[in-house]
Order: sequence, then structure tokens, then C-alpha cells
Amino acid sequence: MIAPIPSSGAVSDHSSPLDSATEARARAICADHNNDPANLLEMLHDMQDEFGYIPSALQNVLADILNLGKAEVHGVISFYHDFRSSPAGKVVVKLCRAEACQSMGANGLIERILDRHNMSDFGTSSSGVTIEPVYCLGNCALAPAAMIDEQLLGRVSETSLDASIATHMQGGQS
Amino acid sequence: MSMILYIPDDAAALSVGANEIANRFASQAEARGLDLTIIRNGSRGMLWLEPLVELETELGRLAFGPVTLDQVDSLLDAMQTSKDHPLSLGLTEDIPYFKNQERLTFARVGLIDPLDLNAYQASGGLAGLKKALDMNAQDICSEVTESGLRGRGGAGFPAGIKWKTVLDQQAEQKYICANADEGDSGTFADRMLMEGDPFTLIEGMIIAGIATGATKGFAYIRSEYPHAIDKMKRAIAVLEAANWLGDNIQGSGKAFTLIVRKGAGAYICGEESSMLNSIEGKRGTVRSKPPIPAIVGLFGKPTIVNNVLTLASVPIILAKGADFYKDYGLGRSTGTQPFQLAGNIKQGGLVEKAFGVTIRELIEEFGGGTATGRPFRTAQLGGPLGAYVSEDMLDLPMDYESLAQNKAMLGHGGITVFDDSVDMADMARFAFEFCQVESCGKCTPCRIGAIRGRETVEKILRGENVASNIALVEDLCEIMTDGSLCAMGGLTPMPVLSALRLFPQDFDRTPVNPTAEAAE
Repeated sequence: MIAPIPSSGAVSDHSSPLDSATEARARAICADHNNDPANLLEMLHDMQDEFGYIPSALQNVLADILNLGKAEVHGVISFYHDFRSSPAGKVVVKLCRAEACQSMGANGLIERILDRHNMSDFGTSSSGVTIEPVYCLGNCALAPAAMIDEQLLGRVSETSLDASIATHMQGGQS
Repeated sequence: MSMILYIPDDAAALSVGANEIANRFASQAEARGLDLTIIRNGSRGMLWLEPLVELETELGRLAFGPVTLDQVDSLLDAMQTSKDHPLSLGLTEDIPYFKNQERLTFARVGLIDPLDLNAYQASGGLAGLKKALDMNAQDICSEVTESGLRGRGGAGFPAGIKWKTVLDQQAEQKYICANADEGDSGTFADRMLMEGDPFTLIEGMIIAGIATGATKGFAYIRSEYPHAIDKMKRAIAVLEAANWLGDNIQGSGKAFTLIVRKGAGAYICGEESSMLNSIEGKRGTVRSKPPIPAIVGLFGKPTIVNNVLTLASVPIILAKGADFYKDYGLGRSTGTQPFQLAGNIKQGGLVEKAFGVTIRELIEEFGGGTATGRPFRTAQLGGPLGAYVSEDMLDLPMDYESLAQNKAMLGHGGITVFDDSVDMADMARFAFEFCQVESCGKCTPCRIGAIRGRETVEKILRGENVASNIALVEDLCEIMTDGSLCAMGGLTPMPVLSALRLFPQDFDRTPVNPTAEAAE
């Protein structure tokens, strides 16, 4: 077996060998999509929904099942912003920094939210809040917009975001 | 006493609490023993009024909004006793913002439960498809060409000509792809249509299939739109069950199946060839053209790639005829465009108007000026790759040609408003940064140009050799415009150069080293 390519900055255990249960689930997901390489994005979405990220050791499994080069699989995963190579925090907060949200003060809002979570840049806080930039959530008339897990929020402020993050941290939806 | 309320489940309405409002109405009705039916419709497009609640009456639908949770009880009191309420807006259809629109593509959005096929048919749905089933492919393409319908994704290519090209290809499989990778900031019309009237888009796709001999379709929807993805999947299931999708549509012998594909957060996949690669499960890199997708498209087969709004405009063109549609619009821009008012705007939302409406009418009359109340400074038309316009350009009509003559573009019809606090040099920097983040990396002018552009504007922002760095940016923009494979690198210069041309004072940073500057 070819050693997994360590992704830059990733924690080493995320590229560790797969346990057999994960591999079996991954194979089942591929089978659900007819093991067809054209369905690779769908498979990756399903895997990320299930595992929380795409373990790098899965790249070999995918390459094997789909009869693709491992570089091709790696290329697809790394091309798309959605796919993670390491787990996210307990809650994923996407803050829009596209033009419409900027026109309503998104940049300042983002700085203050990061600051509140003791972060100097996008990433995951010590308390398990992942804060990511996003370029447009399609809620541009109600800017600034944010998305927490899959809940879209409009006209957000520091206060409303704090409240939503807290609710999601406790496992509630809204 | 029974009561019918409409409360949208459009994502924008949900983002400001529509579900909580609906739940509160339901629980209050139960407590009061009121026979209440809540219909979850699409949004009427007056997004600043969301959550907008409508009460069905003999006179028509009465609007109330924006409703907050603490006002639900008093609102229900007023509704039950037919008394006035501070949130009352009168009849929805009489609200000037709504009344002054020309809704063709969005005729049903907000009107009905988006998944109620009976309501869809009762309001004119499927009329276009029924007509198409009785027409030959050639005639459908001619009707679309005759209507003057142009690509609503931004490029404005005549839809009928694209369709005819696909029809003329001999191939065992052809495809219809709906481009729902609506990534442009300031645009949300595709999302609203898919959530508020998905059947119309699907009907347009089936017609496109019949017109070109394509039996398989893909709707490529960005992952940032989970609500639209869900609504489209459910709409497909409804149409499959009713035999409007499948191997033998209504016994006509025509087949069309439709699959939803979820994007994965790459803006570039809104570019048609990049989208095709993504549907094939590959990296979303741009393909060189020619060959065009109409000849060599998805999986190498002839493929129509049309924007959601283009396809969703087809049913009404078929139902009412090309002449009806052509009567709207200005010059070579026929029909209507769903414009989207976004950003720093008081009354943001969707305004469908015939081409030719001026920017000022949209921003001032519909939009009511800035949200902050500060003076207007600029608006960006057509998304992150579109130009910024200045105050003195506001009387330009919104149509493909007028905007192009003024170094701007219509794009997907989005208008993002900024007040006077905006720093245009910083927006120019952001345009390069966005291109850097979202470039597919295939061609050098885009991949490298974006980075060098951002760095150079940052030097200008710091006041380093301002004049020569501006010249460098202009030179770089020329290379990106002429040398990029697609619109990503090719149009990133548009916001940058418009900012430089119209707002030079914002780039006039204090020199760090005045002597060195003067010596150049």
C-alpha cells in the first residue's frame, strides 16, 4: 500500500490507517452510487456526512473501487472547498464575506466573532466552534448572512450569532 | 370559523424566523380552537418584509409583515376579529413593490404551495409542456428563438440557437443541464425559483429535452442551497409519481429523467464547462472551447447548459407564444429579467421587470435607497465579476446592450448597493482575492494574475508607488481579460477597472515615500 499523502498542517492521526468498519461503510456508500466514478462527488458528500470528514486513507479505497488513480481522487477532494481532510468542531459556522454582506458590515462582524472565540483567523476554536468563510449564501437582501450547520440566518449581529451558536452547541436547532 | 394563512418556507424567510412564526400560529390556533390551515408558500420576493404572513380573504390575500414572534398573538386576534393591526400592509397584490412588477418567470413564486401539483396546474402550470408534447422538436426550437430569450446566466446567448445546435447533432444520448450554481454575490433568483416554484424549472427542462431529443437532465445545485436541493428532489418525486417525468411521459412516447447534483463549494462550477466536469465527478476545471458543450458536452455528448431562469422562462413562452414574450423588453433584450436588489438596500428583494427599467428605478423606487440611510455611493451589477457603477450612471436602462456599451454587465441581474462608507480600492483588492480563492487554476492569467493583482492593490493601499502600481494593475487587467480561458479571469478586471475609472480618489493613497514617487 502506498503511504497516504500527509495533508499540510493536518493532525497526523487523521491520515492513520482505516479501521475495517469505516472501510466497509465507505464501500457500501460507493455501492449505493453504483460504484460509478461520475458519482464521486455524491459519494464524498455522503462520506463526509457520515464520518465528518474524508479520512485520507479513504482515498486509496475510492481509487480502488472506482478504478481511478489515487492522484485523481486526491485532486477531486482537494479541489472542492466543501470536503474536509480533518474533522470540524461541534458546530460549523459559515460567515459570508461576499460583496453584498460586506456592504452591510460583514468584515467587521467576522473580526468581532473571531475575536470572541479567541481566534486570529478562520478555523476551529478551543471550545469546538468551526468558523469558516463562505462566498454567498443567496440571502443577499438580508445581509449579513450566516449559516450554522444547515440553518440559514439573515440580518445577523454579534448577539444573534452568539445566541444561535450557543443553541447549536447544546444540540438544538433554533 | 376556518382560516387559511400563507407563511413562506423560502430560505430567506426561514433565515429570519418563518418557521418559529408558523409554529406559534399553529399552537395559538390550537389553543383557541381555531380551524387554521397554514400553507407554506415560496416568498413573494419582498424580502425586507419577511417573515410575511398572508391571510386569505374574499377580497384577496392580506399581507402582514415583518412578523415577529411576540406579535403573533395580537396578529391572530386582529385576524379573527377583522380588526386593523400595525403590521397590516393591505392586499399583497396592491403593495406597490409587487404591483409594479411584470412577473412572467416568477408568476407563481409565492402564490402556491410549491409542491402542490394541482395548484400548479390551476395557475397555468404544465400548459407549456402540454403544448410542446404536440409540437415537433424543430418548431419548439423556433418558438424559443423567435421569443428572443437569451441566456440569463450572464452571457446572454440566444437560447433557441443553442437548442437548435443540440437538436441538429446525431447522438444516442443528449443531456439538459440546469445551471443552478448561483454563486454570484447579490443574486438569489435561482434559489427563490427552485424553492418557490420548482415545477416551472423542471417543466422548462422537459420541454428542452423534447426540443432537442435529450432524455436525461441534471440540475446542478450549489451545496450552499440545502433548501433548494431538498425542494427540487421532492418536486421531482411528485412529477415522477404523476408521470410527468419518466420513460413515457403521459403516454407520449417521450422520455425524460432528471437527477439533482449537489455542488461542493466551488464558485467556478457556475462556468458551464467546469460544471460539466463536476457532474462527471471530476475537478471542476474549465474546458477549452471549442468544442462547445452543445456539440461535445456532458460525457462527451451534445448538451444544453442553461441557467435556471432561462429554462424557467420557457414554459410561459410555449404556453403564451413567442409574440407574447417578445412584447416585453427593449431592443435585443426581450422579455423580463428577475432583478435582485441586495446588499445595503432598504427594500431588498426580487423585482421582475421587462428589460429597460433603469438602475435608478430599481434602487430608488423599488429599493427605497440604502438600508443604513447614508448616501448611495455605488452598486455592483451582475455579481463579483460585474462592474461598479457611479451615481451618474443610474439612469442607464438595464439591458444587455446598454450596460455593455457602458463597460458594465447585466450578469444574472443582481444589484448590490453600497453606501458612502465603502472603500473602492479595498473592493478592487477583494475582487482579486475572490478570483485567487475561486480560480480553477487551469490558465495562468487567472491563477497567477489574481495573486499578483491582489498584492499590487495591497501596495497601493499601503501608499507604495501608487501611480506606477496603478499602471501595473491596468496592464495586468488587460492580460487577464485577453488571456484567460473563461469569465472568471476574464471578467475579474471588470470590477477592478470600474473602481479605478469611476472612483480614482479612493486609490489616491498617501505616498509612503513622496520623493521616490516624484522621481519616477
